Amino acid sequence: MSVIYILLSISIIVAVFFFIAFILAVKSGQFDDSYTPSVRMLFEDELVKEPKQSINKEPKKTN
Amino acid sequence: MEQKSCFHCGDSCESHAIIFQEKPFCCNGCKTVYEIFSENDLTCYYDLQNSPGAIPKEIQGKYDFLDQQNIIDKLLEFNDDHTQIVTLYIPHIHCSSCIWILENLNKLNPGISASQVNFGKKNVRITFNSTKCSLKDVVLLVSSIGYEPYISLEDFKTGKDNINRSLIYKLGIAGFAFGNVMFLSFPEYFEVGEFWLEQYKHLFRWLMFAFSLPVIFYSAQDYFISAYKGLRSRILNIDVPIALGAAVLFIRSTVEIIFDYGSGFFDSLTGLIFFLLLGRFFQQKTYAFLSFERDYKSYFPIAVTKITSDGKETPIQVYDIEKGDRLLIRNEELIPVDGILINGNASIDYSFVTGESETVSKQSGDKLFAGGKQTSGVIEMEVLKSVEQSYLTQLWSNDVFSKNKEDGFTTLTNKISKKFTIAVLSIAFISTTYWLFVDASKAINVFTAVLIIACPCAIALSAPFTFGNLLRIFGKLKFYVKNASVIEQLAEVNTIIFDKTGTITTNKKSTATYDGDILSASEEMLLKNTLRGSNHPLSRSLYDILEEHNIITLDHFEEHVGKGIEASHNNNNIKIGSASFVGSIADSTVLNTSVHISTNNIYKGKYTFYNNYRTGLSKLFNKLKKNYDLVILSGDNEGELENLKKLLPSKTKMIFNQKPDDKLDYIKYHQTEGAKVLMIGDGLNDAGALAQSNVGISISENVNVFSPACDAILDASKFNQLFMYIKASKSAIKIIKWSFVLSFCYNVIGLYFAVTGQLAPVIAAILMPLSSISIVIFTTIATNVIGRKLE
Repeated sequence: MSVIYILLSISIIVAVFFFIAFILAVKSGQFDDSYTPSVRMLFEDELVKEPKQSINKEPKKTN
Repeated sequence: MEQKSCFHCGDSCESHAIIFQEKPFCCNGCKTVYEIFSENDLTCYYDLQNSPGAIPKEIQGKYDFLDQQNIIDKLLEFNDDHTQIVTLYIPHIHCSSCIWILENLNKLNPGISASQVNFGKKNVRITFNSTKCSLKDVVLLVSSIGYEPYISLEDFKTGKDNINRSLIYKLGIAGFAFGNVMFLSFPEYFEVGEFWLEQYKHLFRWLMFAFSLPVIFYSAQDYFISAYKGLRSRILNIDVPIALGAAVLFIRSTVEIIFDYGSGFFDSLTGLIFFLLLGRFFQQKTYAFLSFERDYKSYFPIAVTKITSDGKETPIQVYDIEKGDRLLIRNEELIPVDGILINGNASIDYSFVTGESETVSKQSGDKLFAGGKQTSGVIEMEVLKSVEQSYLTQLWSNDVFSKNKEDGFTTLTNKISKKFTIAVLSIAFISTTYWLFVDASKAINVFTAVLIIACPCAIALSAPFTFGNLLRIFGKLKFYVKNASVIEQLAEVNTIIFDKTGTITTNKKSTATYDGDILSASEEMLLKNTLRGSNHPLSRSLYDILEEHNIITLDHFEEHVGKGIEASHNNNNIKIGSASFVGSIADSTVLNTSVHISTNNIYKGKYTFYNNYRTGLSKLFNKLKKNYDLVILSGDNEGELENLKKLLPSKTKMIFNQKPDDKLDYIKYHQTEGAKVLMIGDGLNDAGALAQSNVGISISENVNVFSPACDAILDASKFNQLFMYIKASKSAIKIIKWSFVLSFCYNVIGLYFAVTGQLAPVIAAILMPLSSISIVIFTTIATNVIGRKLE
C-alpha cells in the first residue's frame, strides 16, 4: 500500500505546481486589468490581415 | 448618407464638410489625423468602430515643459539608457478602436517600441527609446492623433504607487489550502476504519497541518491585527471573535493531532478564512476609472510659462513659482496661482472651482484667482501668492483632509459584535463550569468547541456581501460609491445640504427674459443674425432662445472681446453686450447675468438669464422634506432667491454668499448638534464641505471628467433619483439585520452540539460553509430585489 506515498506526492506536486503558477500570474499583473486583454485578443487577426489587405487591394485597383 | 457626419469624430459636418478620399471631415484637424492613419496603413481604426476619433486640440507650446529634465524624471516610470517607460492618462479612451490604435503607436514612430492600454484605468503605458524620440515627441504624437494625455500636478511626485495585490494572494492561498485540506480530510469523515487509512491517517493529518500554516499565519493575519488594534482601543469589533475562533481552531486541531485525539478542524479553519476573505474581496469593488481622492493637484498643470526679466519665455514648475514672477497663460490653460492681470483679454472660466461655466471678463489690474481657466487668447499675469498659499488651495491645509472619515464611525456589524462576543464568552464559561462538575475530562473540549462553532463567519459576511452587491447595482445606475461604509452612513443621514450652481442647476443657461422696449421684427432679425456670428457662450444661448429668422448678410460685424458685439445692416446699427458697452447707465443692483441691447445708439433693453434647474428638482425636494432637513448653501449672491423660493418647499433653508471655508464650518457646527450631514456639491470650492460631511456626494455631468474628493459620484442625469438611492441604502440595513437573525439560528444549532460536547469535525465542516453560503445567497437575492425596484 506504499503506493499511496507516490500518489500523494504526485498530487501535492501537481497542486503546488498550479499554486506557483497562480502566484506568478498575480505577480506579473495578470489580475490587474481584467477588461483590456479580452478586447486585445480580438485584434490579433487584423494585425495579420493588414499586410495582406494592402497587397490584395493594389492589384484590384490596377484591374 | 443624408446627414453628413465626420468620418473621424462623428460630429455633424454642417455645410462646410471637407471631402478627402471620398470621406467627409468636419475640420482640418480630423482630416489630418485620417491622413496620418492612412499613410501608415492604420485605417483599421475606422473598421473596428464608426467614427471613434476626437478632434485634435491646439497644443502649440503647451508641452514645452517636457523638455525639462527634472520634470521628465518625475514622470518616467522607468529610465535606463535606451529604454524609457511612461504611463499616460488619456481621458478619451472609450472603445476598442482606441485600444487598437494606441497599441500600434510603434508604427507611427519607430522610437516607440511598445505600448499597452489599460482600458479600465484609461491609461497607456508606452515604452520608448529617448535617443530616438523624446517624451515630448511621444506626448505630441499621441495628442496629434486626438488622444491628448492629461498630465497634472498629481503626476509630479516621487515614487509610483505600488499596486496592492495582497488580498488576491491571501485569497488564493486560503482557497488552495481549503481545497487540499478538504480533500485530505474526506476519508476520515466517514471513519471507515479501513486498514490503509488507519495506517496513513497520521501522514494525512500532518499534511493538513502543513497546508493550514500559511492560512493562519499569512491569510488570516489581518483579522489578528485588527482584533489586536480593537482590543487596544477597548472596542470589541467583529474581528475579535473571528480571531479568537481561528486561534482556538488552530491550537485545538494541532493539539489533537499531536496527541492523536482526532483529526482536528483544519478543514473548518481553512474554509472559514477562505469565506471571510471572499467577502472582503467582494466588498472591495473599485471603479478603476474614477478617483475619489482628488484634490487641486489633479486639476493643476505641472508647469506653466514664465517670462523672465529679459523677456524670454521658459517653462517653470508650478511649485517653483514665486511671488513677483510674471507668467504667460495661453488659451485653455489653467491659472495655477493667485495674481494680477497685467495685459491681454482675460476671460476666465471658473467652472472647476464654482461649477459655474459662464466666463468672467477681467481687465488689466484685476485680481485673478488660482483654478480659473483662460478661454480667450494669451494673457500675462504677475504672481501674488505661491501655489500652496493661493485662495483656493489653502482650503486643503484644513485638517479635515487628513482625517479618515471611517475612523469615527461604528458599523452595524461592530455594534452587534460587542454583544455577540460577550454572549459567546459567557456561554463558553457557563458550559465549561457545568462540565467541570459533571465530566471534567470534557470541560476543555466544550470550551473550545463553543468558541469554534460560534465564530461569527456568517455575521461577518452579511455586511460585505449586501453592500458589495448594492455597490455594483448602484454603479450600473450611475451612482458610484467609494466603499461599503458610505452606504451605511447614507442610511443614517438626517440633513441634506445642496450646493447651488452646478449641483441643482445645470451648466447650460437656457432661460432668459427680456425687459425693455419691444424690439421690432427687423431689429429682432438683426439681433439674431448678429448673434449668429459670435462664439461667446451667452451669445450662443441667446441665439438658441430667439425665434427663427431669415439669414441676412451683415454689412459690418465686429466683436469686442470682453465687451460685446457691434454690427450693422442697411444703415441699422446694433450693439449687444455689457451695460457700459451699449451705453446704458450701469445698474449695479441687478445680480443676474444679463445681455444689453441698443440699436442706432438708443438703449432698447436687456435679456436677463436665469439658472436652469435640473429636471425633477422640486419633486425630489418634496419627497425629501418629510424626513430630512434641507439646506441650500451657495457661494453665489442672492439673485436667485425668489426663484428658488417658488420652486422649493418652504422649510428649505437658503444661505448665500458662502465661501468654501464657510460651507465647511456650517457643516461642522451642525454636526456638533447631532446632525448627520449629506453634502451634495460639485466644484472644487465644495471640496472642504464634502470632506467634512458624513457623506459627500459629487454631482458630475460627465463622470470621466474630474470631480473633487468625495465619497460618491452621482451622474447628473440621475440627480432626481437621489431619494431612491437613500431609500435603497436603508433597505440594505434591514437586509443585514435579517441575515444576522439567520446566522443566529445557525449558531444556536451549532451551540447545541458544542455545549453538549458532541461537536465532531464533520459537523463543524458542514455547518460553517452551510451558514456562510446561505447568508451569501440570502443577501444577494434580497439586494437584487432592491436593485430591481430602483430600475
